[in-house]
Amino acid sequence: MELFAILIGGILINNYIFARFLGLCPFFGVSNKLETVYGMGAAVVFVTTLASAITWPVQHYLLAPQKLEYLQTIVFILVIAALVQLVEMVIQKVSPSLHAALGIYLPLLTTNCAVLGVALLNVTEGYGFVESVVNGFAGGAGWFLATWLFAGVRERIDGPHIPAAMQGLPIAFIAAGLLALAFMGFQGLFRGLLF
Amino acid sequence: MAQTTIAGVFRDGLRQAPPFRLVLGLCPSLAVTTAMENGFWMGLAVIFVLSLSEVLISLMRRIIPDRVRIPVYIVVVAAFVTVVDMVMHAFLPDMHAILGIYIPLIVVNCIIMGRVEAFAAKNGPLAALADGVGIGLGYTASIMVIGGIREILGTGNLVLFGHALFGSGLPFEPAVIMLMPPGGFFVLGFLLAGLALWEMRQRRKTAAPAACCTVPGEEAAK
Repeated sequence: MELFAILIGGILINNYIFARFLGLCPFFGVSNKLETVYGMGAAVVFVTTLASAITWPVQHYLLAPQKLEYLQTIVFILVIAALVQLVEMVIQKVSPSLHAALGIYLPLLTTNCAVLGVALLNVTEGYGFVESVVNGFAGGAGWFLATWLFAGVRERIDGPHIPAAMQGLPIAFIAAGLLALAFMGFQGLFRGLLF
Repeated sequence: MAQTTIAGVFRDGLRQAPPFRLVLGLCPSLAVTTAMENGFWMGLAVIFVLSLSEVLISLMRRIIPDRVRIPVYIVVVAAFVTVVDMVMHAFLPDMHAILGIYIPLIVVNCIIMGRVEAFAAKNGPLAALADGVGIGLGYTASIMVIGGIREILGTGNLVLFGHALFGSGLPFEPAVIMLMPPGGFFVLGFLLAGLALWEMRQRRKTAAPAACCTVPGEEAAK
């Protein structure tokens, strides 16, 4: 039940985009086209889950026993950078077209705050290993869901009905704000049900 | 000569005002901007990390092998971020608690990696310092504006370093939504729209110097 709460909480209640503002650059970057969202979303889910699984033992078996917690930021980002490199190599080998479509955004996954954010949040929340992995998956899945929904919205708002000054990013931000407003409705989801 | 170019680099950096012009570094500029003061401290941290990373990488730019440059950049930036994190934890514990994970997340702020790769790796240390401080100040000003607007609309007051600027508050019902996540998106969206509008006006002015005698419709017809 605890794991279920983390899963639903990560996807809907503490959504990475709409509640925590993590991973916004690729959110606005890839949501132009629905196809790129699938590739990027899958990459994010994969990397956040894997990053959680790898940074947890690093934190609890390497850094904490040696009292090196202050190196957390450096060590985590290096682990994530290596991981992203690996994912990029795999995608390049398996699907060159996807690799071409994702363009500059795949290397940017290293500097995606969602990935480092999930690793840091696992530590501050004091999650165990399984909880960390579930949280990582939920965070990535929440990012995917948000970007996927938003890509659908964005295809509709690219029309000429928008005032010239609002076209492009400004209206995209306001649409994202409305979606965030909708996601706030999920905050009452567990009240009275679990807690 | 060198003086003017460095001043020019500084001014260019200031003018780029990252979240507005480049639309980079969005996450903290929305996440921590529930108050103007948060923006100030966040901006200060970014100025520190950005300028020192740029100077150090600029000094090392000839000895860093091209293939491993990104990991080297990341380590340098992460080291400075760790310094900021520890200093803030020691001297500003309250602000450290508010900014939370967004301080370590400066490492993955696209502005920093972007400027390091695009500018510091190609220019001398003095120019890099000017660029870092300029971009950093532009960023600080931008997130303070976002934070200020959200704070005024969301609380009806503006508190800076313990002083309430509007006494007992402005005479309207505060819209709490502005302090919540959607408010951040709305404020930045409208600011970007305002900027686009202003730019369009400027362009129209420069495009038609004899603007006094042309009707907007005529200009479009040409």
